[in-house]
Amino acid sequence: MLGFDEKLKILADAAKYDVSCSSSGGKRKNGGGIGDSSASGICHTYTEDGRCVSLLKILMTNYCIYDCAFCVSRRSNDVQRSAFSVKEVVELTMNFYRRNYIEGLFLSSGIFKSADYTMERLMLVVKKLRTEERFNGYIHLKAIPGASEALLKEAGLYVDRMSVNLEIPTEEGLKLVAPEKDHQSVREPLTIVKNEIKAAQRDKKFLKKVPLFVPAGQSTQMVIGATPENDLQIMQTASEYYKDFDLKRVYYSGYIPINDKDSKLPQVGTTPPLVRENRLYQTDWLLRFYGFSLNEILNNKHQHLELDIDPKLSWALRNPQYFPIDINKADYNWIIRIPGIGTHSARKIIQARKYGKLKEFQLQKLGIAHSRAKYFMICQDTVASSGFLYPERIKKAILEHNPKSALIRSASQLSLF
Amino acid sequence: MHYIFDGSFSGFLCCVFEAFERKEFNAIPIKDKIPETDLFSKHRMIITDDTKWNRIFVGMEKIIGKKGIQTFYHNFLADTPQAWQNGFRLIVKLFKTGSIDMGNYGNTEMLMMHQTIKKVSRERHRMKAFVRFVKSSENLYTALIEPDFNVLPLVTNFFKNRFADQHWLIYDLRRNYGYHYDGHAVQEVSRSNDERISDPYSFEVELDPRELEFQHLWITYFKSTNIESRKNIKLHLKHVPRRYWNYLVEKKGT
Repeated sequence: MLGFDEKLKILADAAKYDVSCSSSGGKRKNGGGIGDSSASGICHTYTEDGRCVSLLKILMTNYCIYDCAFCVSRRSNDVQRSAFSVKEVVELTMNFYRRNYIEGLFLSSGIFKSADYTMERLMLVVKKLRTEERFNGYIHLKAIPGASEALLKEAGLYVDRMSVNLEIPTEEGLKLVAPEKDHQSVREPLTIVKNEIKAAQRDKKFLKKVPLFVPAGQSTQMVIGATPENDLQIMQTASEYYKDFDLKRVYYSGYIPINDKDSKLPQVGTTPPLVRENRLYQTDWLLRFYGFSLNEILNNKHQHLELDIDPKLSWALRNPQYFPIDINKADYNWIIRIPGIGTHSARKIIQARKYGKLKEFQLQKLGIAHSRAKYFMICQDTVASSGFLYPERIKKAILEHNPKSALIRSASQLSLF
Repeated sequence: MHYIFDGSFSGFLCCVFEAFERKEFNAIPIKDKIPETDLFSKHRMIITDDTKWNRIFVGMEKIIGKKGIQTFYHNFLADTPQAWQNGFRLIVKLFKTGSIDMGNYGNTEMLMMHQTIKKVSRERHRMKAFVRFVKSSENLYTALIEPDFNVLPLVTNFFKNRFADQHWLIYDLRRNYGYHYDGHAVQEVSRSNDERISDPYSFEVELDPRELEFQHLWITYFKSTNIESRKNIKLHLKHVPRRYWNYLVEKKGT
């Protein structure tokens, strides 16, 4: 019999490859019980790998009937197995939450016995938290592929977010490392939950009180670098899933080698592709918040993202015809396309220019990455532009003057925007 | 000319009132004591007066609205002489010209105020994240903090809504005051100066019998959820600066 401390160690360790820690988008208010979910989400601490810790992220059990080569809990892997009881998870969550360690619970599980048996255990935990403990904090629950519609619908009434992981970006890739699985089994639960969310939104227009149903939406995750997909294929899959299932987020998780028996996978000890992972997130952001379409960034000619520069800069260097952009005249939609200027700075620029034309020194103070942006914009006092220099020369100059480029070369993990 | 006020926002507004009364627009508002380097410069004691700060408050509200006042309040909570002086100058300007553009980021003073309130807002957010309650045998959850800025008043509502069914106390050791919630209302509490708390953990009367067990489990979780091959201490330190470690169960003593 393992001690509880040992159990927590095993089941947290096995859950950590799920990168989502988001606790945002919750809408639960506290009516005299305990907890609420902050709309913007809160990271309560950060691990030494620099990742946010917002939720208590654990597996119900790491026993699993499947044998996916990329997964640490695969049945053929020689690791210690353990399982929590429903009561244990509830007690741990409540005690961590009341001490303000966490925003809530992220509960996942290996598949034991059957999909329905597993899903039911997960459902019991969230039901107990909501009804007996009157817990209004954030809950992210994994939907188990193959679980019955009734169970998914019941669980959806208690949780804020549900997710099902695609794991491998293409069907062909998945077949290589997990022949027992397919993408269709992921689409099924995503569809059930999506339809139910839509129904709840429709009802809201006509009825006064509609119970919350997965108010923070659905997400999925892909493992990057375990199988040979290129960035274009990965982002195509992401775009398709964003569109088909109204996903809130797609997560990209650089594969961490954990299998030295399977020769198809990167060997144990290989560095995880952290820079590539970061570039994929940046692309994801450009598509969702910067008005870019996928084929502007990735297409048959450019199937891979450049690792040494970010995708917006990369796009700008390939499209000199749009630059320089006049900061005092251009629309918001064009200002955010300038490398080194984000959505926050762009809004500030639009605000500030109402009171007078903006000069270089004012732009520098606003918090933009001036060393990058200066090649692509003109301010009121910019000395007549000498025309767009050769893109290669700009890239070289930026890499030389940007201290971050050193970071990129050393392949460290970067923070997102 | 230094204006010495009691350190409250209403006292700060009274400084503005006096400045107009006496046409001393270059006054520098400071709290309690005269800085030693300026012993020989002139100073004036400002008494906080309800009628006076109210007139300033109402006047400001007419021009910049509640939201504008909130901006000045947050700037004030930065709790530094520089932020106070900048805020003071901007309010004087506001009354002299009868208008002010709160969104004019091109103006140095306005930009400075916005940068200040951004820092204050970041610290406020950090307090929501980094507060760690310790449960006592009397079912009181206590947290000690030492924020860079005086952000405690900005987070009490958050904790009241979230932990509505538990009694808690959050205490700012640097400023020697805190808020206590008894299940119904939030109340300001403070200890007199001679009772200053030096050791944060002596603050606890008697721990709940399971308190140390859950602290230990939290540390276990914190270590187990880390991915060693992604180690990035620089990023870790950026998000969890050392100055907060003393009060973080998972970082304390590491």
